[in-house]
Amino acid sequence: MLQRCEACGAFAYPAREACPACLSGSLAFVDAPRRGALLAETTARVPSDVYFRERAPWRIGLVKLDCGPTMVAHLHADCVEGAPVVMSFQLDKSGQAVAFARPEGETPNMADDRQWREMTADPKFRRVLVTNGRSLIGQEAVAALKAAGAKTVFVGVAEPWRPFAGEQWLRGQQGVEVVTLDASDEKSVTDLAADIGGKVDILVNTTEYVRAGGVLDRRGTSVARDEIDQAYLGFINLAQAFGPAMRMRGADGVNSSAAWVNILSVHALANWPAFGAYSASQAACLSLSHCLRAELRPGGVKVLNLFTGPVDNEWFQTVPPPKVAPRAVAQAVVSGLRGGLEEMYVGDVAEEIRQRLAANPKALERELDK
Amino acid sequence: MPSNNLLELASAVSSGAVRVVDLTFTLSPDFPVIVLPPEFGQAAPVRIQEISRYDGRGPAWYWNNVSFGEHTGTHFDAPIHWFTGKDLPNNSVDTMPAKDMIAPACVIDCSAGAAQDPDFLLTVPLVEAWEAKNGRIPERNWVLLRTDWSKKGWRDYANLRDDGAHTPGPNAAVMKWLVEERGIIGFGTETIGTDAGQAGHFEPPYPAHHFLHGAGRYGLQCLCNLDQLPATGAVIVASPLKIQNGSGSPLRVIALVSAN
Repeated sequence: MLQRCEACGAFAYPAREACPACLSGSLAFVDAPRRGALLAETTARVPSDVYFRERAPWRIGLVKLDCGPTMVAHLHADCVEGAPVVMSFQLDKSGQAVAFARPEGETPNMADDRQWREMTADPKFRRVLVTNGRSLIGQEAVAALKAAGAKTVFVGVAEPWRPFAGEQWLRGQQGVEVVTLDASDEKSVTDLAADIGGKVDILVNTTEYVRAGGVLDRRGTSVARDEIDQAYLGFINLAQAFGPAMRMRGADGVNSSAAWVNILSVHALANWPAFGAYSASQAACLSLSHCLRAELRPGGVKVLNLFTGPVDNEWFQTVPPPKVAPRAVAQAVVSGLRGGLEEMYVGDVAEEIRQRLAANPKALERELDK
Repeated sequence: MPSNNLLELASAVSSGAVRVVDLTFTLSPDFPVIVLPPEFGQAAPVRIQEISRYDGRGPAWYWNNVSFGEHTGTHFDAPIHWFTGKDLPNNSVDTMPAKDMIAPACVIDCSAGAAQDPDFLLTVPLVEAWEAKNGRIPERNWVLLRTDWSKKGWRDYANLRDDGAHTPGPNAAVMKWLVEERGIIGFGTETIGTDAGQAGHFEPPYPAHHFLHGAGRYGLQCLCNLDQLPATGAVIVASPLKIQNGSGSPLRVIALVSAN
């Protein structure tokens, strides 16, 4: 996104008060065309910044955007002076948005570029913990992460004495290690972190505990307590056991930790009374995720929140379509990590709620009350 | 019993002339709990959360907060647990007579049968055969069903399949008979539940719960070390936590066994 003058249409960068072409004050941020050409490249061999000092040599360049402005950008290794590039804003390790230039076409092993990997959390070559392998989303996430080139996928199974659908498949996969993990049990989480906490590069929290109902039609707090135990306290247990080591390992060479992924209901943002208590437990997790993001940031570890609408599983049986396929959620996990994103909305319901919330939150509240 | 006999018991325990056998599993988060269909309310699992451990949260002391459902781990069932016992007097763990917490036990060894068939059922003829060898079951005795189930790994112990648990237990007729014809004080098992895994399909469903609690009797489950008890002569001490209006509780179950 760049500023564009609403009067003359010229793009402006860096951000300004008035249009440099016509002096109009109406400059709105809009999606800008991403194409440009690399004017010049520089390799910083002894950068003054301590972060880049460790990572030198580092390539940066001047890109002339097709839409006008010229930007300083981090460069993919395959960018060549004079050749066209595609620009994007990426979140660097400190959470700042920075401009990044990649070659226009595909180049061999393009995603393996060192500087690109610093900006993203690509699961390729990395070791991932999927916290709950009992759910469809958990199993699809394992498959998607393996397909994306993850070196090892650890997958947690609570109460291993309880058989579950898909267990045989999960136990038969190469590069997949089934581990005992009950996120809601402090000891179980601590025990697992003692074993593998030092080699989890990406943690995908697939905790899933969905029960219908709001406040008045339930009796007592047992179910609400289960929801809080599983989703919220489970999140805290995982964060306390795995978070500190991940934060310490954010710059651990090529085997560094990279990201924490939460899969949340989009109704964390706006309560859906039919699943009202569940929505509230998700809202608690959303709030906590922002705290975790701030606490992981000094280590350069990203937090990606993935918002979904109702998923096509048995707990949303009574909910009419559209529903999100578990596989779509799993693929979004991979693409979000590849893009180094902080937030993603999966499926029509999630996207619609995002837009409605931005447009008119009170109207959305009334609409969800049906 | 004159009081000097009681002191003799204490010294016999201390000298080892009376053995104390612990029939209790460790109460831990890992231990299997009963699994109901997910649309029903579930027993909360055992959770142990540190308050402090000689650290900044409490420099000199270690302690935990614990939470669990009434029916987790090695546990006791009071009559109020089942609808058949809901209107009886003194039917909860806090109001039951304290004297019911100590009683002799008859141990029926069905480990061979249970090894052959996870759905093994105790029947009246089997108990009659046991009585032919060991004598008639006296009134107000525990009957403990030994299956060696407690020696299994936890997956085989819970033995869940698509159609539910497959674990041994009593059939309906023997439960009615033990309660009405033998006047037992309670029935104890090594499995999760006094009833067999498939007892939901029996007539009546869950006959151990149905008949025991309907007659104000008790249940013990998830017992271990039953193989260390004699067929007769052991005395069971089973005192549940005094939970207000409680339907049951995890507890420490011990058996006193004469060493000779």
